[in-house]
Amino acid sequence: MTMKKAISIACTTALAALSGGVQAQVSGGVVKIGVLTDLSGTYSDVAGPGAVQATKMAIEDFIAKEKPDFKIEMVSADHQNKADIASNKAREWFEREGVDTATELVTTSVALAVMKIAKEKDRIALMSGPASTPITNEQCNDVTVHYTYDTYALANGTAKAVTKQGGKSWFFLTADYAFGQALEKDASAVVTANGGKVLGSVRHPFPGSDFSSFLLKAQSSGAQVIGLANAGADTTNAIKQAAEFGITPTQSLAGLLMFITDVHSLGLKATQGMYLTDGFYWDLNDETRAWSKRFFGVQKKMPTMVQAGQYSSVYHYLKAVKAVGTDDTKKVMAQMKKTPINDFFAKNGQIREDGRMVHDMYLMQVKKPAESKYPWDYYHVRQVIPAAEAFQPLAQSRCPLVKK
Amino acid sequence: MEIFGVPSALLGSQLLVGLINGSFYAILSLGLAIIFGLLNIINFAHGAQYMMGAFIAWLALTKFNVNYWVALIAAPLLVGLFGVILERTMLRKLYKLDHLYGLLLTFGLALIIEGVFRDQFGISGESYDVPDALAGGINLGFMFLPIYRAWVIVASLTVCFGTWYMIEKTRLGAYLRAGTENSQIVQALGINVPLLITFTYGYGVALAAFAGVLAAPVFQVNPLMGSNLIIVVFAVVVIGGMGSILGSIVTGIGLGLIEGLTRVFYPEASAVVVFVIMVIVLLVRPAGLFGKA
Repeated sequence: MTMKKAISIACTTALAALSGGVQAQVSGGVVKIGVLTDLSGTYSDVAGPGAVQATKMAIEDFIAKEKPDFKIEMVSADHQNKADIASNKAREWFEREGVDTATELVTTSVALAVMKIAKEKDRIALMSGPASTPITNEQCNDVTVHYTYDTYALANGTAKAVTKQGGKSWFFLTADYAFGQALEKDASAVVTANGGKVLGSVRHPFPGSDFSSFLLKAQSSGAQVIGLANAGADTTNAIKQAAEFGITPTQSLAGLLMFITDVHSLGLKATQGMYLTDGFYWDLNDETRAWSKRFFGVQKKMPTMVQAGQYSSVYHYLKAVKAVGTDDTKKVMAQMKKTPINDFFAKNGQIREDGRMVHDMYLMQVKKPAESKYPWDYYHVRQVIPAAEAFQPLAQSRCPLVKK
Repeated sequence: MEIFGVPSALLGSQLLVGLINGSFYAILSLGLAIIFGLLNIINFAHGAQYMMGAFIAWLALTKFNVNYWVALIAAPLLVGLFGVILERTMLRKLYKLDHLYGLLLTFGLALIIEGVFRDQFGISGESYDVPDALAGGINLGFMFLPIYRAWVIVASLTVCFGTWYMIEKTRLGAYLRAGTENSQIVQALGINVPLLITFTYGYGVALAAFAGVLAAPVFQVNPLMGSNLIIVVFAVVVIGGMGSILGSIVTGIGLGLIEGLTRVFYPEASAVVVFVIMVIVLLVRPAGLFGKA
């Protein structure tokens, strides 16, 4: 055998070994995670820079604990709550920058646009921010995980608890767009199913700032409970003005989509006694406290469920990549769905075939100012809603992936 | 008793709420009208300056323990001073150019100011409590009127009509109006017109900040609170007639009332009713209800 031939054989063998290895390896030796979130707009406190921070923490912790043999990189971008900006960014990431998964994706329109692109490019969409149920129903696909919460879980938790505790007559204050109407519909169904009655509703323009007219209507309806089927600044302004007009505490308010940042910004005086459903609370146990205090150290705010869910979803994804030894979408998704999630965020969380991650949710009641002993001590946990009850049952699913 | 199927108590309360909102519109559109009428600048930073007023009140209370009443004077002065600096360093260079340049500059400034506040304070906003002296409410029989809201009406109408009086009926106002009509001749008569103009912009901006402090206990103090309101206020100014002082006050209050009525009869339309009126007014009277064609 000539020297030349020997070299060529050696090279071919090496190449074969390499290419054989590539199939079972992470492409380029790097797992790249894209955080596509609202860094400056309405949802930037709920998700935003805090979600980027949570992702960084997940990557650091994963490297420290699991010692993977691949590199992990993170990129982030501001989608400004616009579906077109999000779509362009996602395409750029998937096509040119080798991003393996687009994550966070708060705002329904953004989520729906990006999950389609992920399907087209065979990459994974991990959603911790968006709320709407179509993500795991009409629009569902096999590359998307809806991780943290959805409107069904929130409406179900809050409306059920309040109705059962005697809040039998309801009036809704609804943001006049798809999200608000969906929330009102979901909540109305729960109220009637639990023996309550919906006396009426008023649709307010989105975004609004003065809710006094609408609140006066709700007041004159005589309903025991005023359901707030809106979010963000609309909710906080409505709560503030309800107190001003003496509506609370005669009638009580139920926030159908409220985050801990909303309670923090309004203060306990205005929010005390309110019920809300949350997927995470920093002060649940030692594990949640430990993680949240680390988060607080950087962000100077306690995490929302979106931010905690972001950490958990990214960590779960990385674990799956390590377990199957590849970033191949199909294999990673299968592994993620197969493995239960057990961390500070979820106990025995499970990703179903429709992409819905189901885990326990919490019914909270906001503390009175006198009951709050230290900063961010805001909630009484009134009920742990078990995963099986918290989310829409698969039997009601409208997702074609669900075999019936 | 019912009027068009609506209980009169509900109607009365909605009109009162409309009047409250109208007084906010009036004081904001008045500032815009003064600035446009006397400087020919379309002040797009007005919403951001309103937000600054609210934030200064909140900062003063939470960081320095300065109460509402002091903030009601101090915040407009500080923001007014900020306006004076803007006028001296930037706006001044644009008077001879098309309106568009002033609009672009102030729009850019608004984005920068809002961006800085968003970066510093986040988007969820901060809560400012109603001052103790104005807490609580009166039961009017047909509604529960928070005392603070009544104060908003009184304070803003006093300031609005005071301003109108100063510009239309006093010597200083006469100088101002003459200065904008023909600045060269007025200057030749020994009056410092550039100083007058700087003062005017500062005053217009201070009005925005005053409205901001008034709004702080009512709305959540949030970096975007101004940009949500400013478009409606521009429509008010256009309906009233660009630059018309009395027009902006009367239209502000009137539109607040109309909006209140819309919320009773067809709430979904309450966000557009102002713009529908604007379209009709522009078609019928392009110079606005009180403008001079």
